[in-house]
Amino acid sequence: MATRPAGDVVTATAVRRAFGETAVLDGVDLTIGAGEVVALLGGSGSGKTTLLRILAGLDPDATGDWRVRGSLAVVFQEHRLLPWKRVSDNVALGVAGPDVRRRTAAALAEVGLAGRERAWPAELSGGQSQRVAVARALVREPDLLLLDEPFGSLDALTRLRMQALFGRLRAEHGFAALLVTHDVEEALLLADRTLVLDGGRIVDDAPVPLAHPRAPDDPGFGTLRRHLLDRLGVPAAA
Amino acid sequence: MTTAVTPRPPATTRKAPARAPRTARRWRWQRAATPVALVALWEISSRTGVLPEEKLSPPSQVLRTGWRLAADGTLATHLLDSLTRAGAGLAIGAGLALVLGSVAGLLRIGDDLVDPPVQMARMLPHLALVPLLIIWVGIGEELKITLVSLGVFFPMYFNLYAGIRDIDERLVEAARTCGLGALARIRHVILPGALPSLFLGLRLATGAAWLSLVVGETVATQSGIGFLMMEAREFSQTDVVLVGLFVYALLGLLSDLVLRIAERRALTWRRGLRAT
Ligand SMILES: Nc1ncnc2c1ncn2[C@@H]1O[C@H](COP(=O)(O)OP(=O)(O)O)[C@@H](O)[C@H]1O
Ligand SMILES: [Mg+2]
Repeated sequence: MATRPAGDVVTATAVRRAFGETAVLDGVDLTIGAGEVVALLGGSGSGKTTLLRILAGLDPDATGDWRVRGSLAVVFQEHRLLPWKRVSDNVALGVAGPDVRRRTAAALAEVGLAGRERAWPAELSGGQSQRVAVARALVREPDLLLLDEPFGSLDALTRLRMQALFGRLRAEHGFAALLVTHDVEEALLLADRTLVLDGGRIVDDAPVPLAHPRAPDDPGFGTLRRHLLDRLGVPAAA
Repeated sequence: MTTAVTPRPPATTRKAPARAPRTARRWRWQRAATPVALVALWEISSRTGVLPEEKLSPPSQVLRTGWRLAADGTLATHLLDSLTRAGAGLAIGAGLALVLGSVAGLLRIGDDLVDPPVQMARMLPHLALVPLLIIWVGIGEELKITLVSLGVFFPMYFNLYAGIRDIDERLVEAARTCGLGALARIRHVILPGALPSLFLGLRLATGAAWLSLVVGETVATQSGIGFLMMEAREFSQTDVVLVGLFVYALLGLLSDLVLRIAERRALTWRRGLRAT
């Protein structure tokens, strides 16, 4: 495990972004500590992807102050693998150094795709492609991982496996992460803290004081779940 | 490019290739029947005098003449001259298209400055420029090479431009987050992403090159396949005219074949796309 910088990996204050007249982000404050996994929840169109793209340095038109300390890797909602590169070359994209091959193979083994180095992206299933995208992020040994609904497009079973994989990788590598999700359960399973984005601001910031490994039937899970659903504006079942 | 997010096609497509060969073979047989019958009819009509020799030589005569011209080296000399013209024109036209297409496709300012005039020039059928070109560059080699270059330039330019423009912006973004700078993004994302269109452009361009050559070589030429045909016309040697015609056709066929093979090798990743 690489040595991590102490202190916060992300500090952002008063981040704003408007598309035309509508301000999608209207003063977002956010900090993420080293090694901390923060889940960002919010309704569809609440600006989660917009915020993640700003932190990833992909949005030149945002205003406010934000800073990412240390290295950064992104896993998008779609795998975004280059179809003309074999799996190993996709993982190694932009990675320099003498032992790239070994590191690539190790990253692929970590996501359960050992030996698939020579496959083309088109030969993989959706879940496998997304795991390659995770390997592509891991091989960079990032201090901060930005994930935009990374498991949202997968079937329920694959999603559960990917969530377990994320938990293991996180325990092993100790990266900090901003996990964008619309799945309350996923947030509570994986995150140390949950944020709710609504009306362009962070309206809720709550720690998840549960021990790992977690399961949805743990005591305390239900209360946290209810709280988040309330903040997301989902009425309790009658 | 949407290939990056295209879900795996359903498994049924995997069965199709297994069944294909047998049907394909039967079809090839059926499809060969009419051409063979037509050639036979042509030969018979010539021999019975229905088709006069000075209008159309029989296929057997065309074959003999082709053999004679090949054996005494005439064909090779003229073919070499034609190929030189095509090669020079292809190199110039494709080179220009690569430079201008990249500038227009990659840079906003290039798009604004280069694309509008090219789009306008596209409307001119380049073969109709012959009279003007004769005034500008004369009737020598320059005319032929300019014509071929013009024929090559447009399909290459448009396909390269479209190929670059169609690249999925999300892939470029992903490459950026992987730490790739502008040049590395061009090398790893834009160039391979535009390669399928580039090949399409190249195939259309070689077709246009042969067509331009045919037209160019009918204008005041002392050598080349076109010259061979024009000279034969003066003496009503329809067999030589037909040999030239077939050589042109063969050139088109061969170049397309070579490009298809090169394309298959360069775009292996697409085969994976189709096979699964
Ligand atoms: N490039 C864009 N141009 C215009 N509007 C956009 C653009 N990107 C996002 N938006 C708008 O911003 C809002 C937030 O989008 P997004 O951040 O993708 O939401 P989320 O990821 O939370 O579902 C949406 O209303 C969307 O329509
Ligand atoms: Mg989103």
